Amino acid sequence: MIATSPVAYDSKIEGNIIITRIDSAMNWMRKNSLWPMPMGLACCGIELMAAGASRFDIARFGAEVMRFSPRQSDVMIVAGTVTYKMALVVKRIWDQMPEPKWCIAMGACASSGGMYRSYAVLQGIDQVLPVDVYISGCPPRPEALLEGLMRLQRKIETEPALLEQKKELFASLIG
Amino acid sequence: MIASLAASVSAIQAKFTVLKKVEFRGETSLLVERSQIQSICQLCHDQLGFDVLLDISAVDHFGDEPRFEVVYELYQLSTGTHLRLKIRVSEDDLSVPSVVSVWPTADWHERETFDMFGIIFSNHPDLRRILMWEGYPFFPLRKDFPLAGRPSDLPDVAFSHVAPLTGGPFVSVPSSATTQDREPRSREIE
Repeated sequence: MIATSPVAYDSKIEGNIIITRIDSAMNWMRKNSLWPMPMGLACCGIELMAAGASRFDIARFGAEVMRFSPRQSDVMIVAGTVTYKMALVVKRIWDQMPEPKWCIAMGACASSGGMYRSYAVLQGIDQVLPVDVYISGCPPRPEALLEGLMRLQRKIETEPALLEQKKELFASLIG
Repeated sequence: MIASLAASVSAIQAKFTVLKKVEFRGETSLLVERSQIQSICQLCHDQLGFDVLLDISAVDHFGDEPRFEVVYELYQLSTGTHLRLKIRVSEDDLSVPSVVSVWPTADWHERETFDMFGIIFSNHPDLRRILMWEGYPFFPLRKDFPLAGRPSDLPDVAFSHVAPLTGGPFVSVPSSATTQDREPRSREIE
């Protein structure tokens, strides 16, 4: 007769406890509540709006809360042509966003300047801020934006956020 | 009072110097003296019924003297009469009397002309750049400015790089050559 240990099985907590790593729990929460900072600068902004509306419904990915305040947003979606004059503003808003933050360059213009080869247009937003996902298209369809968002989610899944912080902490204690 | 086009032209000719009058496809252009442009505009607005200023822009006749031409597009809203005034501006003296006191809308038109060509409108209430950023060192619509731009680096203000033009849009070069020579695919920056 094998006696079952009361520690190994408890019907009261059955199904109420998940054992995981804190990194993956944090990443799971982060990737499913990506609040965008919509930088709608040109026609890509219209597709961004379409992605937010009911037909494409970006809310399925937890990213429907368009925050027009950089303090409350996680991902900056640069949608449209960035002129040099606007680039300074985009950079400033990016600097105001709290960490962790990500950036999606939506469309040809935000990725590379697109067809605007001229004195007035920044040749890609990656010259002023770090970009996580580039989306091709002129403008990209909402499906492409959703695909880009899902790719960003997959990227966030693998981020060792706490591990990095631990390393920094240990380094500071030793140093 | 709202004057007809012919009456307006003769009223201007009676009071001011008209250097040249051109009529082309029903549009009348008067080339006038730069120093008199503010008074002419005042007359057009107050007595001849040109209540709308459609646009102020400039033309760069690169290589000619005087180099620039500033163009004023006047309009009578009730009759649809259109009159164009032009003045010539030399590169050595770029100042032009402002007409903001006549039409308030001239404010932004003159700022744009200043931004793109470097024409300086004297007595303008707020002559700042409007399209390019404050502190940008060039005037982009001048013919000797390449489409790709020039690198500019001003600490705390802004920067710009030369845009890659290979295989890019057509770039016009000021000359009297044929279109093929005048508009290559790209152009080296001098």
